[in-house]
Amino acid sequence: MEKLKYDKKTGRLLFTKQMRRDYTILFPMMAPIHFEILGKVFKKLGYNCELLETNGPEIAQTGLKYVHNDTCYPAILSIGQLINAVQSGRYDVNKVALMITQTGGGCRASNYIHLLRKGLKKAGLEQIPVISLNLSGMEKNPGFKLTVGMIRRAVAGVIYGDSLMCLRNQCRPYEINDGDTDRLVKKWQDEIVSMLNQSKGYKLKEIKENLIKIADDFHSLEVDRSEKKVKVGVVGEIYVKYAALGNNNLEKFLEEENCEVNLPGILGFVLFKIDNRLEDIKLYGGSKIKRKVCQILMDYCLKVEDALVTSISRYDEFVAPSRYYHTKSLVDGVIGYGTKMGEGWLLTAEMLELVESGYHNIVCTQPFGCLPNHIAGKGMIRKIVETNPKANIVAVDYDAGAPKVNQENRIKLMLSIARENLEKEKVNI
Amino acid sequence: MELRVGLDIGSTTIKCVVIDENNEIIYSSYERHLSKISEKIAEVLKILKKDVLNGIENVKISLSGSAGMGIAENCGFPFVQEVYATRIAAKLFNPETDAIIELGGEDAKILFLNNGVEVRMNGSCAGGTGAFIDQMASLLNVSIDEMNELAKNHEKIYTIASRCGVFAKTDIQPLLNQGGRKSDISASIFYAVVNQTIAGLAQGREISGNVLYLGGPLTFISELRAAFDDVLKTKGTCPKNSLYYVSLGAALASDKLINLDTLLEKVSNYSHLGNFAFRPPLFNNEEEYLAFKKRHDQAQVAIYPFEKLQGPAYLGIDAGSTTLKCVVMDEKKNIYYTKYMSNSGNPVPLVKDLLQEIYELKPDIQIKASAVTGYGEDIIKNAFKVDFGIVETIAHFMAAKKFMPEVEFVIDIGGQDIKCFKIHNGTIDNIFLNEACSSGCGSFLQTFASALGYDIASFSKLGLFAKRPVNLGSRCTVFMNSAVKQAQKDGASIEDISAGLSLSVVKNALYKVIRASSPEELGKKVVVQGGTFLNDAVLRAFELEMGIEVVRPNISGLMGAYGAALYAQLMCENNKESTLISAEELEQFTHKIQVTNCGLCENHCRLTINIFNDGRRFIGGNRCERPITKKVVDNELNIYSYKLNLLQSYRDDTKGKRGEIGIPLGLNMFELLPFWTVLFNSLDIKVIYSPLSSRKLYLYGQTTIPSDTVCFPAKLMHGHIRELIRMGVKKIFYPCMSYNIDEKKGDNHYNCPVVAYYSEVINNNIKDLKKENIDFIKPYLGIHRHKDFASKFYENMKPHFPDLELKEVQEAVKNAYKAYDDYLSKIRIKGDEIILRAREKGKQILVLAGRPYHLDPEINHGIDKMLSSFDVAIISEDVVSNKVKNKINVHVLNQWTYHSRLYYAASYIRNQKDMNLIQLVSFGCGVDAITTDEVRDILEKANKIYTQIKIDEITNLGAVKIRIRSLLSALERKENQNGKIKVR
Repeated sequence: MEKLKYDKKTGRLLFTKQMRRDYTILFPMMAPIHFEILGKVFKKLGYNCELLETNGPEIAQTGLKYVHNDTCYPAILSIGQLINAVQSGRYDVNKVALMITQTGGGCRASNYIHLLRKGLKKAGLEQIPVISLNLSGMEKNPGFKLTVGMIRRAVAGVIYGDSLMCLRNQCRPYEINDGDTDRLVKKWQDEIVSMLNQSKGYKLKEIKENLIKIADDFHSLEVDRSEKKVKVGVVGEIYVKYAALGNNNLEKFLEEENCEVNLPGILGFVLFKIDNRLEDIKLYGGSKIKRKVCQILMDYCLKVEDALVTSISRYDEFVAPSRYYHTKSLVDGVIGYGTKMGEGWLLTAEMLELVESGYHNIVCTQPFGCLPNHIAGKGMIRKIVETNPKANIVAVDYDAGAPKVNQENRIKLMLSIARENLEKEKVNI
Repeated sequence: MELRVGLDIGSTTIKCVVIDENNEIIYSSYERHLSKISEKIAEVLKILKKDVLNGIENVKISLSGSAGMGIAENCGFPFVQEVYATRIAAKLFNPETDAIIELGGEDAKILFLNNGVEVRMNGSCAGGTGAFIDQMASLLNVSIDEMNELAKNHEKIYTIASRCGVFAKTDIQPLLNQGGRKSDISASIFYAVVNQTIAGLAQGREISGNVLYLGGPLTFISELRAAFDDVLKTKGTCPKNSLYYVSLGAALASDKLINLDTLLEKVSNYSHLGNFAFRPPLFNNEEEYLAFKKRHDQAQVAIYPFEKLQGPAYLGIDAGSTTLKCVVMDEKKNIYYTKYMSNSGNPVPLVKDLLQEIYELKPDIQIKASAVTGYGEDIIKNAFKVDFGIVETIAHFMAAKKFMPEVEFVIDIGGQDIKCFKIHNGTIDNIFLNEACSSGCGSFLQTFASALGYDIASFSKLGLFAKRPVNLGSRCTVFMNSAVKQAQKDGASIEDISAGLSLSVVKNALYKVIRASSPEELGKKVVVQGGTFLNDAVLRAFELEMGIEVVRPNISGLMGAYGAALYAQLMCENNKESTLISAEELEQFTHKIQVTNCGLCENHCRLTINIFNDGRRFIGGNRCERPITKKVVDNELNIYSYKLNLLQSYRDDTKGKRGEIGIPLGLNMFELLPFWTVLFNSLDIKVIYSPLSSRKLYLYGQTTIPSDTVCFPAKLMHGHIRELIRMGVKKIFYPCMSYNIDEKKGDNHYNCPVVAYYSEVINNNIKDLKKENIDFIKPYLGIHRHKDFASKFYENMKPHFPDLELKEVQEAVKNAYKAYDDYLSKIRIKGDEIILRAREKGKQILVLAGRPYHLDPEINHGIDKMLSSFDVAIISEDVVSNKVKNKINVHVLNQWTYHSRLYYAASYIRNQKDMNLIQLVSFGCGVDAITTDEVRDILEKANKIYTQIKIDEITNLGAVKIRIRSLLSALERKENQNGKIKVR
């Protein structure tokens, strides 16, 4: 074990430069396509990162044991996954660090890192340093610094991930040769990692080129789109939306029910989080310099987004993601732009975006008792359905105690209506 | 003739219909399946084949119902989702229907068929379903039919929390104990179901027009239909075949011919995939079990025949929530008489019989002293003139000490309560009671045992040698139902389930109630007691989970009563005679009950007045002493009462030349009331506040609540807004506020998401706003930025009050900030005065900590008044939070203004000997999952007792009272180690 150093002011255990050399950094799974890329890129940059791909009921059990049971399910799962890994014997508990994201918003999620530390303490693992991954400058560590290069690679990783996820979801249900789509995803994941690790592929120009190549490749997949499938969009709290562990393999379930699934990408969330700072200044006043910095970051991400939308729009068979500002305009008059905690207004906007792009059937996922979701999810469904009679939305709560069979039953109900609507559509055509 | 078959596998029953080409039912059956689903389906199919289908080989058949999903997938049945099936049937048979309400065993559904089809099912909550009604009927000890008959004669409706059976029980039990009439309670239960269905499922959509009632409960219980009619102001119909709509829908949807024999074969062979998570067996073999038995048989207190009793005796009664227990012991603490019986409601007649029996069996008995504990303590003590009343926790502690003098931890699992506490330096230190959840209790096992057709003892025994106990995790009874169903679907045997449930009870107790993570935390010396531990499987599960050996006394189920007897012995004075009712008096004893509402304050408690033969009266259901003593409670030392009065004083009297504006009095508007009042008044705008919350106001807004799991204070907002509209207000001001005032106490100064944005929910879910053309003003405002606020406020209000000038707004804003500061400082000054006076009088000071809106009497349910009756002083967190001058370090991200105050208040009282903190937590408050742990941590590091009280719609304070009494007596014991315990 390296010497333990603590932050002088807060007493927080630091991740030191020495640790960086020989510690393994574990982080919990969320969106597989994206996180696999990011994990490998971080590794090349000198952090011995390992993405946890564990699953199984013991993860939730571990979480329940070490985290307050009324806390949101994502905290229970991601902390459960980390502590479960540490206790598994696969790692030297004196040579391991944990990493977790921290958003700094007014939602409970900003506290995950503290809950993780409390959990470690309860488990007698206080010597394990925890690294906060955030863009707000919270909790600095001498052994871990987000550099501009890392941020650019991360943004690239996110955009490639969004592209792959978007295209995969629109091809796999229709592929003629089983496994073609997944093989293509894998091929591109490898290629992206190898590019990023050679310091290539993250400049805007390269991103544009690569995204086009990706879209081309997916366009050339052998597919049969003659059978119309039920199109289902998935929105919700970011963790249960993406993580199979959190949503009981929702994507797989929907595919098995013969649906085409659409998960709006992660870049939208990134843009939303940056935009919040601008909105805050607009609503309440604030410094011009801060606004400038955010605007630069915002503009860069918007350019990247443009590359994504352009690349996918080249082919008629694909539905490209909506542009951020367009999505944003959809909630005008529905919910205010000041609703920024958690997924905030973006959650409402994504439902409207999906309805607009032909995904009328929506699963709105949330951890049981998710506070922002009371507002932007369940609180807005009424309004959405009122103004879009075609919208067919089911809100599903995820929780360590909510059994899969109930969730699937609710989703099946939504799907029954969806199929009926699809039949009507066919008749009308 | 072409026949179609529909099967509906519900949570408790299986329904089958066969229809002909005219959609006429030619055959139907309805049976309980006792969770033996595949066997039952096979049985039904065989009967069909033999008696109905007359040799037809291929038939159109489909399956529906939540419990049928797995088997449909595996046996190749076409599957129709059950709500969808209902809709198909209703569309055909009742095309004029606008809405359908269907209640099943564990499901509740509402379907809207007009103006856009919408379907709602209960997701995470099974409150208000058949299972709930069954539970309640068994609590009342009547059948469903009897309950229906009883309800016909009701005179009044009690408020019963309907979110969950657990809450309802805590409401009903005291009503029973205090002598509430069964007919009133029965009807109240039906109304609770109605409220739950509407609140949980309607989600803001009005149920009107032609309403159809379907499903078992609504078919069989006419009074339930009447209650729905009454609340919905409509006359619904319960159609012919109302039990069979799901199966009818399934039959109607059948379009594929299926070979019956193949299907039958598949169903008969459908066993069990064995695909469930399981845990190691409780016992690997008989020897292990015998060794275990032998070890536990050592914890004995001697029990002799009653006739051997000589000399003075001590009587202990434990009038618990579901059972009544009694012990008679002698000077040497040996037991001569025990009684353990189930309590079907009012304990008074039971105790009467019991005493009669004692006097008959042992006419020469000299009872030296008697004591009573448990839920029924008050009424029993009064009815039978029992010498002492003692809080349950203390009773259990006394009994536990007898078996293990050095005991460090006592856990008692009874029928519906868990009580456990740590013992530190000989005093009760940390008390855990289940308030929001009965999942770690005996009733949990009981429910499953009887659902599967067993009594609890033999059911629990089944699990002892189960090979693969199902891992069911730790969760609520309701969720557990479905988890058990899933396990059965996956092939778990009854034995595996029994063992799994025993493990779950233990886990719930440990991880949900106590929230322990290791045995070391609880101590090595543990005494377990309560009826539930009489089940060896539960005891074993507990030891396995804890990894230690514990002591289970042979009178495990009688410990409360034994403790009471011990207490009576300890407290009695030599030359004094017992006050207990004598054999002669007992013969004359009668007991009558009257129910009335107390009108002495805004809580309007429902009182039950018990009148005894000698003219003595006992009043139950009261929160404070006022209806008994007729004296006004001394609110001088209660800051809650001061604050409430102070807020009333801000009601404005301006003419309002610029018009008026309505503000809902809830959530953060509570604390900001002075701010907005002064701000608007300075601008010559009259402010109209909604009245203080009430049950009626809540119900008025209930149908517009979109999320049934949001906290109660937020739900109340719907009533406030609707009330403002009803009052004729045309402009309503309810701003969104991400940020609160920055008190420089933490890393940030947010509001919680619900407080911050609830007006968005209001805006999109209360239709009246549009209908009545209300100008609903919900700007995003940042009061944390004093400098920018005036201009931002001006910008936002100008469209609504066009003649506003920036200059006057700036002035008004200044006044508003000052008013806010003044308000807080008034509270702090008053608080300091209370502290001073309490100290002069040597009173305990309790910091009743929560949020500003916990001031609302409908939210805090008069807990402050109840505390006052214990002769303590009450202050709130904001009185002391400012006394800590330096920034404190907490182990959480300290980013919410209201919550920071909690940390600071806790931190301050660490060094105040006479101060203790009680934290009020609204059920469903996500943020408090974080704050409670941290506040507990801060206090426990300073050796203070942490007390948390969860509040919801719940209206009974029984459990809260136990907590407070335990806390106070623990505090006193701490002060006075050697003296006798003084119990309030």
